Formats: sequence, C-alpha cells, structure tokens
Amino acid sequence: MQTKDINENLPWAQINKDVMRSMMNPRMAYWVAIIVCIAMISCAVAAEIYQYNVGMGTANLNWPHMWDLYIATFIFWIGMSHSGTLLSAILHIIHADWRKPIYRFAEAMTTFSLMTAGLFPVIHLGRMWNMYWVLPYYSDRGIWPNFRSPLVWDAFAITTYLTSSALFLFIGMIPDLAVCRDNTTGWRRKLYTILSLGWRGDDRQWRNFRRTYLLMACFLIPLAVSVHSIVSSDFAVSIMPGWHVTTFPPYFVAGALYSGCAAIITLFICLRYFFRLEDYMTIPILVKTAKLTFAIAMVWTYLNLIEFASIWYGHNAVDKELLIAKFTGPYSPYFWLMLFIGSVVPFTLAFEKLRTHLPTMLVVSLVLNLGMWLERWMIVTPTLSLGYHPFAFDVMWPSMVQWAIVFGSFGWFGLLFLIFVKVFPCVSMYEVKEMCYHRKRATLGIGHGEHAGGGAAGAVPASKSDLERS
Amino acid sequence: MSLENILKDWSKYRRGHEEGGHHDYEHMWGMAIDLDKCTGCNACSVACYAENNLAVVGEEKFSKGQAMHWLRIERYWDEPDLGENRVNEYQIHGASFLPMNCQQCNAATCEPVCPVAATYHTPDGLNAQVYNRCIGSRYCSNNCPYRLRYFNFFSYYEDSWPEPLQMQLNPDISVRDKGVMEKCTFCVQRIRKAKDDAAREQRDVLDGDIKTACQQSCATQAIVFGDLLDEDSVVSKVWKKHEVALGKASQNKANPDKRGYRVLEGLNTDPCIMFLERVREV
Repeated sequence: MQTKDINENLPWAQINKDVMRSMMNPRMAYWVAIIVCIAMISCAVAAEIYQYNVGMGTANLNWPHMWDLYIATFIFWIGMSHSGTLLSAILHIIHADWRKPIYRFAEAMTTFSLMTAGLFPVIHLGRMWNMYWVLPYYSDRGIWPNFRSPLVWDAFAITTYLTSSALFLFIGMIPDLAVCRDNTTGWRRKLYTILSLGWRGDDRQWRNFRRTYLLMACFLIPLAVSVHSIVSSDFAVSIMPGWHVTTFPPYFVAGALYSGCAAIITLFICLRYFFRLEDYMTIPILVKTAKLTFAIAMVWTYLNLIEFASIWYGHNAVDKELLIAKFTGPYSPYFWLMLFIGSVVPFTLAFEKLRTHLPTMLVVSLVLNLGMWLERWMIVTPTLSLGYHPFAFDVMWPSMVQWAIVFGSFGWFGLLFLIFVKVFPCVSMYEVKEMCYHRKRATLGIGHGEHAGGGAAGAVPASKSDLERS
Repeated sequence: MSLENILKDWSKYRRGHEEGGHHDYEHMWGMAIDLDKCTGCNACSVACYAENNLAVVGEEKFSKGQAMHWLRIERYWDEPDLGENRVNEYQIHGASFLPMNCQQCNAATCEPVCPVAATYHTPDGLNAQVYNRCIGSRYCSNNCPYRLRYFNFFSYYEDSWPEPLQMQLNPDISVRDKGVMEKCTFCVQRIRKAKDDAAREQRDVLDGDIKTACQQSCATQAIVFGDLLDEDSVVSKVWKKHEVALGKASQNKANPDKRGYRVLEGLNTDPCIMFLERVREV
C-alpha cells in the first residue's frame, strides 16, 4: 500500500502535463454531465419563474412556516463553502503540506457554493426585485437598512466572503495560469495571458505573491469563522425556542466544516477517477481528509449533546417541549436520521479498511452531506411548526416548487464546478512541485523536512541579515 | 437619527422594559380585552376584514394557513381527559376564546430583525408596518412569538373583491400586493384621523375619539381601546385596576379580582394588549 502522500520523484514536467491534460479535450461524459446540470438548473428556473409570478404561496409556505427549505439549503451551501478555506488557509498557516494537491478544487468549491448560497436569500424574498434595499447605498430619502437585523449582517458577511474567497482562489492560481498560458494556444492562451497578470516567475514576483497569499489566508480565516457565526445569528438572535441557542455559532461552524469536508471527499474521489489524477489525489491524502472529517464530526456530535443537555437540564419549558417534539413528533424520522448520519455514520471513517476503499468513501461522503442538509432543515422548520403560541402549531411539507429549486441549486453548483475544472487547473501545479521538492529533501535528509513545505517559510527564506538581527 | 442625537440621549433609543411605559411618547395606544365578555362571535374579525381591506382567501388557502385574519379568535378546548366525574371544563364551560391581534409590543421582537426597517416603533407606541418598504424576508413573522403577522403569499387582491365588491374597499388604507407582510395596526387610519381632527380643533385627542373597528363591532363591549399614557382614559383605568403595567413581566395571581394578564409576558415583549381572565365558577 502507498504510504507517502505523494510520489516525490514526480518530474515537474510530468506534473504540468498531467494537470494540463485534465483541462483539455473534454470527453463525452463531461458533456453529458454539463447537460444534466443545465437540465437541473432549468427545473429550478421554471419553478422560480412560476413562484415569482404567482407568489411565495406556491412554495407551500404558510402562516407559521414563513421559512423553509430555501433557508435550510442556504445554510447548507454556506456551510459547504467553509472547508475550502479550512484547507487552503488554515492548513496553509499551520504548514500541513498534504493539503497542496487538493486545496485548489476545495477553494473553487468554496467560491461556487457561496455563489449558490447567495441565490437563496434572493429567491426566498417576497419582493425580490427590491433585494438591494438590504444594502446600505446612498439614498436621497436618507433610508438605510436596519443595521440591527442579522439579515443585513448576512448580506455583508456573504458578499465579503464571496469577494475574498474568489480573490484568494484567483491569487493562488496566478503561477499556474502562467504555466497554462505558456502551454496553450487560441482562446485559452488569450484568457490565461490576461489572467496571469504578466507572471514571469522572478524572485520579486514570488516574494510579493507569497506575502499576498499569506495575507489573504490570514484575512480569510477569521472571516470564514465569522461568516457562519453570522449566519447562525439569523437564528440565535431571534427569541424562538430551538433558535435562540448560545452554542449556535460554534455549532454552525462545526457543521459547516463537517459538510465541507465531506464534499471535498466526494469531489476528491470524482476528480481522481475521472481525471485519472491518482498520482496527486492519493489514498494517504484521502485518509488524512477522512481523519479530519471524523474529528469534526465528533466536535459536531459533542456540540449537539451540549445543546440537548443544556435544554434538558435547563428550565425553559418551551425549549424542552420542542426538543422532545423533535425526537418524537412529526419530524422525528428526519431528526433521528440526521443524528444517525451525523454521529454514527462518520465512524466508518475511523476504520482504515473503509476509509481507503473509494466507493465506500464516496457513498459515505454523500450520505454525510445528506445528513448535514437534514440538520439545517431540522434547525429551521420544527421551530416554526412548534413555537411559543400553541394556536400556531402546524406541520407543513414543502411543495414541488421548493424541491425543484433546491434540486436545481445542485445543478448550478455542478455546472460552475464543471466549467472550472476544464478552464482552470484543479490541482495546484506549483505547490505540488514544491511539495515534491521539500519531501524529497526531507527524505534525503537535507533541508527542513516537511514543515518547510508550507509556503511562506519555504518561499521567503530568512536572509542572513534577518538572522543577524535576531 | 443623527449621531449627535444618539450621543445626547442614548437611553431614549433603547426602547422597552420601562416601568409604566415611555414617557417621551405622545401616546401609547393600548387595549384591554375582557375574555369574560367575549362570546367568540367573530364580529371583531369580520369588522377588521371590512375596515382594513383584508383579503378573503377562500377555503383552500385558509386551511393551508395562508389567510390574512389580522384579528383571529383562537379557540381552545381542554384535553379530552375526563377526570373522576367523567366531565371536563370544556363540557361545563365550552371552548375558551382568545381574540388575538397584533400585541403592539413595546419591546417588539419583530422590529430589530427586519433587514430594511419596514417595521418600526412610532412615537405613538405603535408597532408600524410600512408596506412599501417591506421586501418580504418574513423574519418578523418568524420572530413573533404570537405569530400575529400575515404574509401576502399571493396577489390576493386579484380575486378577493370581484366586481362590484371593490367598491367596498376602505379608501383610507392601501390594498397590499403579494410579497408584503401585514398585521393589525390598531386601525392606524382612524388614529390618524382623530389626531388630525384634534389638531384642527386645537385640542388634545380625547379618550373615546378613537374606536378601533373591532372595538366598535364588539357586541358585548369586551374591547377597550385608548391611550395608556392618559391616566383618565378608560383603558388606563382598567389596566390600573387589574394592576397590569407596561414594563411589568408578571402578575400577582393571589387576588382573584385582579384578572389581568398579557400573553407570554415572561418573554419581556411588553405588549400593549391586556386580557382579563375569564371568570370560572367551579
């Protein structure tokens, strides 16, 4: 069995060639996937046009259930966007260099899932043509949005996160785009020439690049944590039982990383299989990702237990009743399924045999994401069904319009991702080269070993003057 | 609201929880509803439909929970647990009724969550809803513990008033289109008119100048409406008699004569509607 994260003796030319190959000449399966995604989007667009013309009632929303799948799926997609940042920024800062072959597509996943998530608050608005009122633009009437509202914080947080993660994705790609520029012709060459911003690969450019990248990484980490905390405040700031929960910000962030890591495993396996990137997306890296997912799953489980315990031993009768209703009431099958998937299924990741078996991992990762989607739904809907006022107790199931839009959002994400993998390198070429280089030096017993591979330290070696000064 | 004003008197902008209400307010419109007088006849609800141009949504949408009844009569029955005597309260007293319209909370939970400030507090102590500003995020309804906000899920006006019924629409208040949240306004158009009349005659608004539609139509006069800041108004007297006050989150239940309470007071929403418990002779 393979034990090394990557074959250290991979020639650099081979790395270029393999990654460039994955970008070129789409096969039939690719076009089929594109068509499937477009068909899925069409479902959503048709449903949305209908809903836009007729009204929100077509989504089966009703009087206690003002929110439903739209908001649940919104949180789901926002959550999924967090692991790209975890891999590309947090693991970058802590010099975990095994992230290098897989962070690029994770970062793309971040950007695209944010682009998907951003659609949902707009879709769910009763008068979406006025959505820009949420933004603080200058108005002659002196009207501003209500800065106390978590929905306004959401708008700020998501737009900031989307901009930053798109920039981070782009900046991290510049050296690779230059490689693409030098190895392509036609429209691709033109595109990469513009995007690579005149990258020549000289020392000054590398130094500036490293600093920018590190700076963006440092900026993005607190941002990512705050974004999902702010999304959780959509609920935590309210007074409703089941929403007004102190642990929601960390709970949401943990859930976000959880579903994001599971999605990374899914995409990892797909890319490895379809693009034959076995040399880069290796089993040891998958095992590391699986371990990470398992750890986060346990954090999520722990936070769940804390929440249940604090409600159970607390004196808030309404909260307690809602919790009991979640376990025994109309939503109980979904709630139990969520707990099973979220807390029991990840134990498959604890076994070496299972986590190195790709089909199992593919299924497990998809199931984990289903569980996390259920989690979001179980946060949003039961509270609306069973709030404070007994007269307003009701149970409602979403209509086809909602399902179609949720379904279509996966198509939209898929389409963006499919376009990405054929236009941009989905494996970071320069960082894989770095990784090979540093690993090889470590094996040969020269250099700093693994830790030097972490980008900044390796790229900006301490100069003699620095050493003298310290 | 300029920065200067905020710094000058910060506490002025921190609404809610003040004992006896907000003394910088011009008025504090409030209500007292005597449940002992309520017969559950629904006349108030019908009057509200007529006064406020509420859409009639039809049976199907009503049963789906997409109705627009700003004032609803809630009916409660006891659990069918027949104790020792094989009877329960329901069999003796019948259903309990609770007329619920917007509680006009002083610390309204719907207000801070609206992203565009379409719902806000007026200097009258009203929890106002600006239809034109509403973008339909529906957070206010989710955060209303009483669930007293109603959303226009469809363009109800299209078939709510077929010819010639559109002639019955109240010209003092708008007809709402889809995608907008709405709720009881304490008949703000009537308050407006009374205040305008008073200003024209250069006097204060007198107690009894304003009658809300529900109050006007209540056959048993269970509903009293007026200014809580005016100590001589009927409603203030009722509140005082039953020792219910703004900013007070719980009631002393020892004295059976003090029947007043406000719904879900413990949440500190500080509603402006007080209910008087039904008297039961068991």
